[in-house]
Amino acid sequence: MAKIVVDVMLKPEILDPQGNAVASALPRLGFNFAKAVRQGKRFEIEIDGEPTAAQLAEVEKAAEVLLSNPVIENFVVRVEK
Amino acid sequence: MRVGVITFPGTLDDRDAARAVVVGGAEAVSLWHGDADLKSVDAVILPGGFSYGDYLRCGAISRFAPVMQLVIDAANKGMPVLGICNGFQVLCESHLLPGALTRNSDLHFLCRDQEIEIVNNQTAWTSSFKQGEKVVIPLKNMEGAFQCDDQTLAKLEGEGRVIARYVGENPNGSRNLIAGITNAKGNVVGLMPHPEHAINELTGPSAQGLGFFTSILNAMV
Amino acid sequence: MALDTVAIAQTTPNNSQPFAELGLKPDEYARIKEILGRRPTSSELAMYSVMWSEHCSYKSSKVHLKQFGEKAPKSDALLVGIGENAGVVDVGQGYAVTFKIESHNHPSFVEPYQGAATGIGGIVRDILTMGARPIAVMDPLRFGPADAPDTRRVLPGIIAGVGGYGNCLGLPNIGGEVTFDETYAGNPLVNALCVGVMKHSDIKLAKAAGAGNLVVLYGAKTGGDGIGGVSVLASETFGAGGSTKRPSVQVGDPFVEKVLIECSLEIFAEDLVVGIQDLGGAGLSCATSELASGGSGGMKVQLDKVPLRDPSLSPEEILMSESQERMCAIVEPSKIARFLEICKKWDVTVTVIGEVTDGKHLEITWNGELIVDVPPRTVAHDGPVYNRPLAQPAYIDQVNSQKVNVPIPVSAAEIKAAVLKLAAAPNLADKSWVTSQYDKYVQGNTIQSQPDDSGMVRIDETTHLGVAISTDANANWSYLNPYQGAKLALAEAARNIATAGARPLAVTNCLNFGSPEDPGVMWQFAESVRGLADGCLEMGLPVTGGNVSFYNQTGSVAILPTPVIGVLGVIQDVRTRTPMSFTQAGLDLYLVGETHEDLAGSEWAFLHNQRVGQSPDADLQREMRLIELLLEGNSFFAAAHDLSQGGLSAGLTEMVLRHKVGVIISLDNAGVSLISETPGRVLVAIDPSNTARLEGLATKHLIAITKLGTTGGDSLTINDAVISLSELSTAHTSTFPKLFG
Repeated sequence: MAKIVVDVMLKPEILDPQGNAVASALPRLGFNFAKAVRQGKRFEIEIDGEPTAAQLAEVEKAAEVLLSNPVIENFVVRVEK
Repeated sequence: MRVGVITFPGTLDDRDAARAVVVGGAEAVSLWHGDADLKSVDAVILPGGFSYGDYLRCGAISRFAPVMQLVIDAANKGMPVLGICNGFQVLCESHLLPGALTRNSDLHFLCRDQEIEIVNNQTAWTSSFKQGEKVVIPLKNMEGAFQCDDQTLAKLEGEGRVIARYVGENPNGSRNLIAGITNAKGNVVGLMPHPEHAINELTGPSAQGLGFFTSILNAMV
Repeated sequence: MALDTVAIAQTTPNNSQPFAELGLKPDEYARIKEILGRRPTSSELAMYSVMWSEHCSYKSSKVHLKQFGEKAPKSDALLVGIGENAGVVDVGQGYAVTFKIESHNHPSFVEPYQGAATGIGGIVRDILTMGARPIAVMDPLRFGPADAPDTRRVLPGIIAGVGGYGNCLGLPNIGGEVTFDETYAGNPLVNALCVGVMKHSDIKLAKAAGAGNLVVLYGAKTGGDGIGGVSVLASETFGAGGSTKRPSVQVGDPFVEKVLIECSLEIFAEDLVVGIQDLGGAGLSCATSELASGGSGGMKVQLDKVPLRDPSLSPEEILMSESQERMCAIVEPSKIARFLEICKKWDVTVTVIGEVTDGKHLEITWNGELIVDVPPRTVAHDGPVYNRPLAQPAYIDQVNSQKVNVPIPVSAAEIKAAVLKLAAAPNLADKSWVTSQYDKYVQGNTIQSQPDDSGMVRIDETTHLGVAISTDANANWSYLNPYQGAKLALAEAARNIATAGARPLAVTNCLNFGSPEDPGVMWQFAESVRGLADGCLEMGLPVTGGNVSFYNQTGSVAILPTPVIGVLGVIQDVRTRTPMSFTQAGLDLYLVGETHEDLAGSEWAFLHNQRVGQSPDADLQREMRLIELLLEGNSFFAAAHDLSQGGLSAGLTEMVLRHKVGVIISLDNAGVSLISETPGRVLVAIDPSNTARLEGLATKHLIAITKLGTTGGDSLTINDAVISLSELSTAHTSTFPKLFG
C-alpha cells in the first residue's frame, strides 16, 4: 500500500492572512527563526499497491480539478512509502 | 419572470433570496442541487450559506452538482445568473467568473452593514441602480477577500467588469475594494454582500438591496 | 476485553467493577444491584454511571427544582412543561414556540472553540427534537478578568465557536451577554439559548410508543467523542494548580447538523415519527432510556447496528459516546420507507437499530448477546435524589452588614470622568467586536438583536406576529442575596421584553453554581431556586424548563452564584415595537421609575473592588405595573431603554450612541443618580405632545416619572457636565479592540 501526497499552497502573490497570523504568533512565543510563513493543505491518498504512471497522471488531474483551485493555488504531487 | 434559487446542502439564504425575488416582482422557483433541471426559469440565483460546510474550499464541491452543468450552459448562452456570497464562490470555482474568494484578512467572520458603490449598472442584475449609486447592505462572511492575479485585475478594471466596490475601509482585504464583478457579457454577476437582507428597514439596514431583484425584470430573456 | 453479558453477570456476582472511577458512589452501586437483582454488566454500569451523573440526573437539584412545578402559576399558554427536551408555549395564531437555555461550561474551558460550538449544537438539537424549526440563538457568556492572559485564550475561541457553529446552521444570533469577573477565571460560563417555532400540531415528544415501531438512529456516525465527558467532566471541578484535566471533548460539524435540521423538518412535515429524541449528554444511553421511559417501557436495541466512525469502539464506549449531530426517532413500520428516502435525499446516515416492544425493559444486544436488560425509568428518571445539606455561609452576614464605600462623583469633571469610566468598562463597553462575528440577518426575520434590550424575531411574515427574548443575570446581587438576586434577574428579563412592547409569557433558566457538596453553595442554589419559583408565581410566568450546571469551581473556590434567567414574550405586530433609542431631536426624555441609593452590587462598586452591602429588594408588584405601563405606552413611546448594570449612566450612554443623537438633561443628586442600580427603571423618550398620556399612565400604574430633559445635539450633557458624543463613543468602542485585537 502506498500513499500519494498532494501539497497545495496558495500562489505567492495571493494574500495569506492565516500564514501571516502564524508568523506574528511565533515571536510572541519566543520563536524568532521565521522570516515569513505560508499556510497550505496536504492531502494523503491511500491506494493499493505501488502507483502507476497512469494513476499519478490521474491524481494530477484530480489535483487540478478538485483538490486545488488553480486560480489561486499551486500543487505538488509525490509518492510516500 | 421565473427566477430559480438553488439549494445545495448547507445553503442558508435560499429562502431569503426567494423572498427578495418575490418582493422584487418575479416568481421564485426552488431548484435542487441534485436535479439536473432548471425548470424553465429565466434567471438563476446561487444564494449564500455554507454549502457542503465550506469543505475543501468554499463552493468547491457545490460547483460539481448536477444542476451546475445546466447553469453553466445556460449562463454561456446568456441566462442571467447571480451568485451571492457563497454563490459568488461557486461561480468562481465554476470559472464562470474569474478570481477567487479567500479568508478575510483579519481572520474573523464579519457581519456588518456595508456601504457599497454600484460602479457598473449595465448588467442584468444592476440595471435598476444609478451609476455610482451608494447603497448599504449586509456583508456577512468568513471568506470574502476577492483575489486574482494582476493580469486578471487589469482586465476586470479595464473592461469595467467590477460592478460594486466597498466604500470606506476595506472590510476583508479584497483587491481594489472589489465587492462584486461580472462576466464579459454582463449576464453573470457575483456579489459578496447580501442584497436579499436589505429589502426593508424592518429586517435590514435599508431597502436598497431590492435593486438587484428588480433589475432582473428588465433583463431580456 | 471479553464481552460482559447479562448471562455472565448473573453467574459472576462478585466481580469487582470500577464504579468509583465512573463516578458512582458505593450506595448508588448497591442500589443498581438491588434494582437489577444482580450485578450490572459493564454496559449497564456505563449507562447508569452517565445517566446518574449530576449533569444528567439532576440528583442534587431535583428536590429544589420541583418548586417550579409546585409553584407553577396557572398558564393556558404552556403546551409542554418541564420534563421534555424543551418547554413549548402557545403564542397565538396556531403557533407554538419552544425555547431553552443550556450550559456547556467545563468543555469550553478545556477547548473553547469546540466547547462553545457543541454547546450551540446541543441546544439547537433540543429545540429541533420538539418538532420546531430553530429560528434564533443567544449566548450569555461569562469570563475571567478582561485583561487576564487566560481570558485572551478562552474568549476569542468561544466567540469563534459560537459564531462558527451558529452561523453555519443559518441561525441569527439575536443577543446575549459578555460579562467579566475574576470569579469566572478558570470557570468560564458558556450558556446557549435557542428558540424554535412550529404549528401546534407539529409538537413532538420523546416517547417510544407502539410495540413494533422501529427505533431509528440517524445523523452523524458514532465515534469516541466525549466518552465520559458528561459524567466525568461536568461532575468534577478543576484542580487548582494541578495538571489540567483533558478528557475527550466533543467535536462538532455544523454542516452535518444543518443537513440534519432540514432532513428532520421534512420528516416531521410528513408526520413520519411517533417520538423523537436528540443524542446529547450521555448519547445513546440517554436517548434509548428516555424514549423507552416515555413509552410503556419496552424497547429492544441491537447495538452492533450503530454505524461507527471508529470500528474499535466497545459496546460500553458506544453507549457513552457523545458524538454530535445524532437523533433517535421512533417510526411506524409503514412509514420507514419514506423516512429512509428523505434521509437519502439529504445524504444523512440512517440505521434501524431496534424496535419498541410490549415489555417493560430496555434490552440491548451486541451481536446477539444480551448486554443490557434494565427498567428504563430507573436509568433515565429514577436516579438518585440527594437532599444535600445546606447552610447559610458566613460571608452573607458579613457582607450584608458592610456599607459600600465608593467615591461619588460631584463636580462636572467628576461626573464626566465617571460616565466615561463606566462607558469604557469591559462589562459595559460596546460589544461589536463580539457581535460582528455573528450572523444576525439569516432567515430574514430578525427585528432586534444586540445591542437592543431584547432579541426579537418575526414568526409570521403576513401578520407580523413576533417573539422577544432576553437573558439576564446579576451575580453580584445573587452573591449578596441569592433569593432576591434570582427575583431581580427575572424582573429584569421580563422588563427587557416589555420595554420593546412585547408581553412576557414564559421563563427558562440556566443555573450556574459551584459544588453542591459545599453546603454554602447548596444554600445559594436553594435560595436562588426559591426566589425564582416565588418570583415566577407572583409574575404569572411559568418556568418551561432549563438547565443546572454545578461544579463550577476551581479547587474550593466556587464561582459567584449565577442563575441566568431567560424570558420569552410575544408581540402581535413587530412593526409596532418600541425601539431602544431615538433618531430625532426635540423629544422629551423621562426616567420612569424611582432611583434610590442602590450601590451594592453595582458596576461602579465592582470597578472599585467592592462587593458588599445589601442587594435591592425585588418589588415584583411594582415591576408588573411597570410592565403594563410599558405595554400601554408602546403605542406612543418614541423609544424606551431598560436600565440595568451601569445604571442611568450606562443607559444614557447606550441611548445617545445608538443613533448618535445626544441629550441635554438635569439631574438632582447627579452622582448617585447616575451610578445607582435601583431596579425597575426605564428611560423613555416621547414627543412632547404626548406628555399628558405619559403622565396618565404613570398615575394609572402608580409609577413615578421624572422628566430629565430633551434629545438633540452632539453631546451627552448632564447638568454642567458636557461629554461630546465623539469622546463618549471613543471611550465606549475602544475597549474590546484594545483588549482582544
